[in-house]
Amino acid sequence: MSLTIALAGNPNSGKTTMFNKLTGANQRVGNWPGVTIDRKVGRIRGTDYELVDLPGIYSLSPYSPEEIVSRNFLIEDRPDAVINIVDATNLERNLFLTLQIIDTGIPTVIALNMMDQVRKLGDRIDVEKLSKELGCRVIPVSALNAEGIKELVTAVGEVAEAKLSPEPLYFDGDIETAVTQAEEALRGEVPDETLRFHAVKLIEKDNAVCDSHPDAMNKVSTAVRELERKKDDDADSIIADGRYNRITTITESVVKKAPRDERGTLSDRIDRIVTHRVWGIPIFVGVIAVVFFGIIGFSWGDFKIVGIGTWCTDWVNDVFIGEWIDPAVRAWCESDGEFSSVDALLCSGIVGGVGAVIGFLPQMLLMFLALCILEDIGYMARIAFVMDRVFRHFGLSGKTLIPLLVGTGCGVPGIMASRTIESERDRRITAMTTTFIPCGAKLPVIAMITSAVFPGNGLIAVFCYIMGIILVLVSGIILKKLKSLSGTPAPFIMELPPYHIPSVANILKGTLDRGWAFCKKAGTIILISCIILWFLASYDTGLHYIGDNVGDAQSILAAFGGAVCVIFAPLGWGDNWELTVGTITGLIAKENVIGTFGTLFGIEAGDNGEGLETVLSGMLTKSAGLGFLAFNLICAPCFAAIGAMHRELGRWRDTGMAILYQCLLAYSVALIIYGFTSYIGGWNSLVVDGTLIEQAAPVGSTVAGIVVLAIIIYLLWAKDPFRQLSGRDEYDAEKGMRA
Amino acid sequence: MNTLKNAEVGSTVKVVKLHGEGALKKHLMDMGITKGCQIYIRKVAPLGDPIEITIRGYELSLRKGDAENIEVE
Repeated sequence: MSLTIALAGNPNSGKTTMFNKLTGANQRVGNWPGVTIDRKVGRIRGTDYELVDLPGIYSLSPYSPEEIVSRNFLIEDRPDAVINIVDATNLERNLFLTLQIIDTGIPTVIALNMMDQVRKLGDRIDVEKLSKELGCRVIPVSALNAEGIKELVTAVGEVAEAKLSPEPLYFDGDIETAVTQAEEALRGEVPDETLRFHAVKLIEKDNAVCDSHPDAMNKVSTAVRELERKKDDDADSIIADGRYNRITTITESVVKKAPRDERGTLSDRIDRIVTHRVWGIPIFVGVIAVVFFGIIGFSWGDFKIVGIGTWCTDWVNDVFIGEWIDPAVRAWCESDGEFSSVDALLCSGIVGGVGAVIGFLPQMLLMFLALCILEDIGYMARIAFVMDRVFRHFGLSGKTLIPLLVGTGCGVPGIMASRTIESERDRRITAMTTTFIPCGAKLPVIAMITSAVFPGNGLIAVFCYIMGIILVLVSGIILKKLKSLSGTPAPFIMELPPYHIPSVANILKGTLDRGWAFCKKAGTIILISCIILWFLASYDTGLHYIGDNVGDAQSILAAFGGAVCVIFAPLGWGDNWELTVGTITGLIAKENVIGTFGTLFGIEAGDNGEGLETVLSGMLTKSAGLGFLAFNLICAPCFAAIGAMHRELGRWRDTGMAILYQCLLAYSVALIIYGFTSYIGGWNSLVVDGTLIEQAAPVGSTVAGIVVLAIIIYLLWAKDPFRQLSGRDEYDAEKGMRA
Repeated sequence: MNTLKNAEVGSTVKVVKLHGEGALKKHLMDMGITKGCQIYIRKVAPLGDPIEITIRGYELSLRKGDAENIEVE
């Protein structure tokens, strides 16, 4: 018979490592219904047991989506057994979840993880006694060193086959009386196996249970009030206290702690430096600089470091795709003597489009690798700790910073990194705004516009990053005033796990999993988008094939660009439809903007820059150029990033709204830049054949810019209709007045 | 009322009561902050908020605004 086993445990308890050790390569990743939390399922090696990995949780309360899916799975799907992975170095808090799992009545085996650490500290845990106290099997293991895995699997099999429900851990007198009353009130309404779980939750005034059993709630309300009066506390506190008191009694009798080093553990000593009041921020900046410049590269005047990632990406683009794949495909296409439209689709549409995206893969993998290492060491939590203050001001939390940092490499992993944010609101807002930070693919665009309209000005790139960060923060404030993104602010309560040496296997697996997820996306959504865009660029409005020339003046795309460019006239783009088409092809990958210009203006890809700059400086004034750059950086990101965003937001309606918001914001910013900066001396002239031609002052754009700016300022300062953002501050202010 | 927010860095305090309600209170309790337990205030973040505490043998960080709900002695 095939058994279903759930793997449950606290975050940082080594659950992922354990899951990998138990299942090996045999894993499938899906989604829990209704939420964007990964649902990993695998077959335990050497058995036919199916292992379901529950998200890392601290409790079975119904507050976070992670808790809700775990709880529903345990209560409604009733797995045959639960492996509860418990961090032996942090037994007290970990057992809090254990007690709730035992209450569900599902056969439970406890995997007492990190026993190697316990031994290293010199502590002793009486496993047999712990097992007796908890009433279920306890297997000492070390997921990292693969110790005790076999024993664990055998124990789970035995417990599940025998359907050995653990005996619940009873509370002391008064509480237990109330629980018994609640059980009576609920009898018949819930299955007998989960009676105790529901009864305790009813006493705790757990929203989900109370709402679905109002009658039982009424029946026990007197008993609960009586209990609260006796203990002089709220029922939920009484239950939590009761659980923790029980746990303390158990751990005191089971754990023998060795005396600790006066200076603290190595982790303590590292932490003292890394989150130091003075050194904390410089160290953070240093770590990020090393990661960022190491991968992307750095240049300041003559000083230049080529980033490893950039080097690899250049190699993939120029050699792997440019010299090997592309010519090979082209040769194969031409081998039958003619170059048909299908061949063109293959060469330009697919190899060109998907290739452009795949080129970023090495850079992305390195970024993932760095991220995984920082995460595995335990530094990510410290980044959030050190920087939370800054983001709190804007209604976001320190955890928002992590996706933004990753997003400087590539928006796709950046958006995916937003998944570590617990608050759903913050997570969605972060997913929508991560791409405001210039990613690797936007750097060539910045470079091109800079050299065309602001030759040699290194500050433009700095401006782009600062603008990105400001827009993320501004969006944090504005978006929280929308109904769909409102709600009570999530508290920032975060465990700071001890630092530890990263596991190579874990890091490699994490990196490759994320890389593979990206490849799959490149294989589907990007492929389809590239085909559509190729079609629009290679056929005229009469649907005749006009040749392999992206955005030929006759193409549908050009016609569309011509029609749409009126929208961009207020931004100073004039009637240059090429600019619009470039922006559209940027949807495949942002650096395509340049490639498209090259084709449209008939400039060979070989003589990079020079010619292009001359053409552009004759089309865009300094102000319009800066606006064009801003628009391209902020508007809808590339298809890959849109796909990633959709995965986080869940519904196409929301994804559509996010794209609309990004485009509107991009337009507003470009309008403000163009409308306001045109009055700076020399910023409003075109360079045609080496002579400056002053343009008419864009009064209309300026007026529109003032209006847009006024709207943004109003949105920033408008009273929050749902009151969550300022709620805390107002609460503080009221408190201050009373004091 | 003494709260965790005002407690000095380097001191050890004892929890008297948790105020507030709903998700925040439940979350604090889930993390092991319950009546009678000892909290050691380890440090304050470089920008003055949040704080880092040791509770039940592990490290936890929380904002001062949330720490205000924890009455201590």
